[in-house]
Amino acid sequence: MDIKREDILHLADLSDFSLSDTEIDSLGGDLKEIIKYISQLEELDTDNIEPTYQVFEMENVWREDEIKPQDATRDELLALTKEEKDHQIKVPKVL
Amino acid sequence: MKTANKTVTAERLVRDALEKAKHFADYNIFTFINEEGALEKAREIDAKIARGEKVGRLAGVPYALKDNFLSPKGEATASAHILEGFTSPITATAVKKLEDEGAIMIGRTNMDAFAHGSSTESSYFGPTLNSHNKERVAGGSSGGSAVAVALDIVEFATGTDTGGSIRQPASFNGVYGLKPTYGTISRYGVVAMASSTDCIGFFTKTPDDMDLLMEIASGQDPKDLTTLPDYYNNNPGTESDDSCAKIGIIKDFDNESVHPGIRQALKNKVELLKSKGHEVVELEMPTLKYALAAYYIIVPAEIASNLSRYDGVRYGFRSEKSENLEALYKNTRSEGFMPENKRRIMIGNFVLSSGFYDAYFLKAAKARTLIVKEYEKAFRECDFILTPVSPNPAFKLGEKVNDPVAMYLEDLMSVSLNLAGVPGLAIPAGETKEGLPLGLQLVGPRRSDKSLIKFSKELA
Repeated sequence: MDIKREDILHLADLSDFSLSDTEIDSLGGDLKEIIKYISQLEELDTDNIEPTYQVFEMENVWREDEIKPQDATRDELLALTKEEKDHQIKVPKVL
Repeated sequence: MKTANKTVTAERLVRDALEKAKHFADYNIFTFINEEGALEKAREIDAKIARGEKVGRLAGVPYALKDNFLSPKGEATASAHILEGFTSPITATAVKKLEDEGAIMIGRTNMDAFAHGSSTESSYFGPTLNSHNKERVAGGSSGGSAVAVALDIVEFATGTDTGGSIRQPASFNGVYGLKPTYGTISRYGVVAMASSTDCIGFFTKTPDDMDLLMEIASGQDPKDLTTLPDYYNNNPGTESDDSCAKIGIIKDFDNESVHPGIRQALKNKVELLKSKGHEVVELEMPTLKYALAAYYIIVPAEIASNLSRYDGVRYGFRSEKSENLEALYKNTRSEGFMPENKRRIMIGNFVLSSGFYDAYFLKAAKARTLIVKEYEKAFRECDFILTPVSPNPAFKLGEKVNDPVAMYLEDLMSVSLNLAGVPGLAIPAGETKEGLPLGLQLVGPRRSDKSLIKFSKELA
């Protein structure tokens, strides 16, 4: 299938990053090759086959709904951010 | 492996390892050296030994930790720029289990950023060099860990294997590397790549060391609900007589595209098995050739989801000078991800987007069913499968870095195990004429890890 420049820009947008012009050319070219490769699955007959999303043999692993001490404290977690004010994470304006 | 005792102290073992780590600094193995922390812990263990107190099964054993395992020692960055400056307040369950037994972390090892890669060239810290030839790649993504063990800096190293990231670097460096059955070792505190295939495992110099580490690290963890109830230490099936195992060889899996050295290594091991009285059968597994395409749909889809959490807000790198929150996300992610991270996230969003979901993601999930079934059928016909790990031995630095599909093809023989959730052990299998290590993998049914490790001794 054909991947156009606007498709690459759309995918970058969905991915929440922007691309420089050189990246659009290089990643765009790579993506075409990768999509060409993965498209060979078309050859495989999967009629009437159920999909598999995970290979863990168990379902519904239950636990009690109880409050337990956590491995990290609130202060330790807040210390990881770049800017903190009044025990809140500070970010630039939203709008 | 050598543990500390009254005559050989933990401090001696640690100092030797630290010295070797410095000696091999040009291989770019470590992203952090835990000098003070390691010596402090060694002295604690030595004091215990001197007092005659009980010490763990890994007392004073120096080990290397792949950089995607969380622990408060050193920045845990998964060798990614976007996690720069992140020191974890929590400790991964696997790390805790090893260290409770007395293992001492010497350093964090280099890897492809977020474990996306097959050569460790996609690390923010630059490539790790192959232990046997400095012009060649270490393999990946756990390249630093493999080289740390191969150069005898440490007794063992941790790794993660999502599509071959333990087995391939193990075979590129001539050491043992195990990807256990999916769900065997807790992933709590390990940076997620693709949740339905990620596995934690180890690099060792012997099968016995691997067995010991699995005894220690495996088991159910309330902090990771995708861990299986402990089977590794309660497995009565491993007493069986190894003298008559049935080993499967996959038809057409050793074709012309596979390096002649690897084909010869496989032939040699088959002869060895036959000479020891084992039966060798040929298996038809025609769907396996589609495993790589299915893998590079399913895994990027899961990557796109798992990596959406990196936004510069709560931890790690944050891009400066962003006017608003939306720009902060975009700038942080644009600057913080490596090109390979971006490729995979974009492919993931492509295969999941409306209009393409059925043709790609759903199709791959159906292909996965066929692959699972193919393994189930194969293990009705044999006990273990012996195959190459990768089509080639260690390639040259830079050789495939600008050709993502060529890089992905290196994973051709390793990814199907992850899709099926079955264990695989990479074993050393000689060297090429040029002295590059060769490896093969022994594959078993789910939960056969212990017998797999035991049987690998037949191939030594």
